[in-house]
Amino acid sequence: MTIDTEAATGASSGSAELDVARIRADFPILQRQVHGKPLVYLDNSATTQRPDAVIDAMSNFYRTSNANVHRGVHLLSEEATDAYEGARAKVAAFLNADSTQSVIFTRNTTESINLVAHAWARRHVRKDDEILLTVMEHHSNLVPWQLLAQERGCKLRFLDIDEAGHLQLENLNEVLNEHTRLVALTHVSNALGTVNAIPTIACAAHSVGAKVLVDGAQGVPHGPVDVQALDCDFYAYSPHKALGPLGIGVLWARRDVLEEMDPFLGGGEMIRDVTLERSTWAAVPHKFEAGTPSVADAVGLGASIDYLEGVGTAQIRQHEVKINEYLLGRLRELPWLTVYGPQDPRDRCSLASFNDNQIHAHDLGTILDQHGLAIRAGHHCAKPLMRRLGVMATARASFYIYNDLDEVDRLVEALFEARKVFGLAT
Amino acid sequence: MQGLDDLYREVILDHYRTPHGSDALENPAVKVEGFNPLCGDELVMEMSVDADGRITALHIEPNGCSISVASASMLVQQLSGKTLQEAIALKDIFKAVMRGESWPAGQDFGDLEALEGVKNFPVRVKCALLAWMTLEQALAQYDPELAGQVEADDDIEVKTH
Ligand SMILES: Cc1ncc(COP(=O)(O)O)c(C=O)c1O
Repeated sequence: MTIDTEAATGASSGSAELDVARIRADFPILQRQVHGKPLVYLDNSATTQRPDAVIDAMSNFYRTSNANVHRGVHLLSEEATDAYEGARAKVAAFLNADSTQSVIFTRNTTESINLVAHAWARRHVRKDDEILLTVMEHHSNLVPWQLLAQERGCKLRFLDIDEAGHLQLENLNEVLNEHTRLVALTHVSNALGTVNAIPTIACAAHSVGAKVLVDGAQGVPHGPVDVQALDCDFYAYSPHKALGPLGIGVLWARRDVLEEMDPFLGGGEMIRDVTLERSTWAAVPHKFEAGTPSVADAVGLGASIDYLEGVGTAQIRQHEVKINEYLLGRLRELPWLTVYGPQDPRDRCSLASFNDNQIHAHDLGTILDQHGLAIRAGHHCAKPLMRRLGVMATARASFYIYNDLDEVDRLVEALFEARKVFGLAT
Repeated sequence: MQGLDDLYREVILDHYRTPHGSDALENPAVKVEGFNPLCGDELVMEMSVDADGRITALHIEPNGCSISVASASMLVQQLSGKTLQEAIALKDIFKAVMRGESWPAGQDFGDLEALEGVKNFPVRVKCALLAWMTLEQALAQYDPELAGQVEADDDIEVKTH
């Protein structure tokens, strides 16, 4: 499987600023009109769009190399296997993983976290042990631990945030102790945008003997990720939030940790030998990948990584900070808005979560949609965080590499329009 | 903008700004809490009923968007003083309208008619229905015999007290 990297270089990786116009040309969906207006897609934290390079890589796989993997002795199966394992190698290099074998393909971040809860935690977490989470977690990094706590009688503890939406790291030593087996937290908050200080937290966690799981769903899209520099033990993410296909997820775990884990799902692909009574397991990572995997999605994931690397992950991060500076500045011009999360553009990914003091987030969502803007309105699967903020919902506009400053202006204009619809002064 | 003007009519915004039924009741016959897990909207409803089966008072504490608050407020406006059977009949008509049917001819539904524009915004129909689904549970709780005349909606959960 070759991927057309020519087409994947939407911007030259040397230049300081992204060439947003060139990048936009790679995304066919951005040509769409919504309610007669050009689409302004600001729901990237839910899922991004995909460039032609990803769509073409997947369709080429189905057209030319489609077969099941690790099974046939025929050429197509060999090609499919190479494509699938090649994608694994790309992910490993992209995350600076300790080994290619320590990358496991799942369906999404949620499944990756559940895999750890089953295959690692059920062996290592006992009654009266503790798991430290934070109040800003997405439900997918909360509910699996609640289920475990119910089953095992372990205790969940939570690190709180301060008024600015930063984790209260000064309280870390109070919530960590020799009973802490795992610290599970998000790299970047999907509802506040806060970028968390993972290495600091990992260092404290390791000093009490706890493992560290990072929910990277919002981390990978927004800049370079080096799992070894982050010093974590598990890193989970969803490629669909970083230009990749829907339907495939990634779990990276330190090789030595993986070696001591039980299987997750049982079935084909994950066994070494099977008798009627019992089975032995395939080596890592296949031990954790039961059944036919989503090969085309893995191929698309590989293409999305090529694209991101073509653009440059450091440049992506710079673009985010540039968007943030402008976005936060413009939103501050609207005195009726409350904007949540850190004030410093460098402490957050490029999203803004906010509320109008008179108009509910759902109404904002509907009004903005009529103006062609796709935003998210609701609890962002982080209901405990909403309670902590004392709100039911927020409106969230999340930007990516194909969004530019003029779309911040479109957002602000539409927020003015919403005030007009509600007959409110501006 | 045509679509938006149709949705956010002035009478809807008036109900949103100052909803009916804001006074809490003393010793209500029932108190239920409606909850839309899809969007997080919540609604507390209290109802008092007299010996003849007439709704003497309704109280709502809506916590949600303009459509869900306005719909709850209009429910209070329409149903105060009505019999339980009349309440069921109106609830059925409103649900049918939200599903795409027209208002029955020859009857005046007052401010409620302004909510018709919601049916052009399918994702917002649940918002308009929250109060009415909560009412169904309030009726069923008040009189289990009425339970046969109400149908549950999977997307809206109602807790009874
Ligand atoms: C921080 C965070 N964690 C986890 C998830 C879950 O991702 P997925 O639904 O792809 O499993 C999301 C996505 O919404 C997220 O933003």
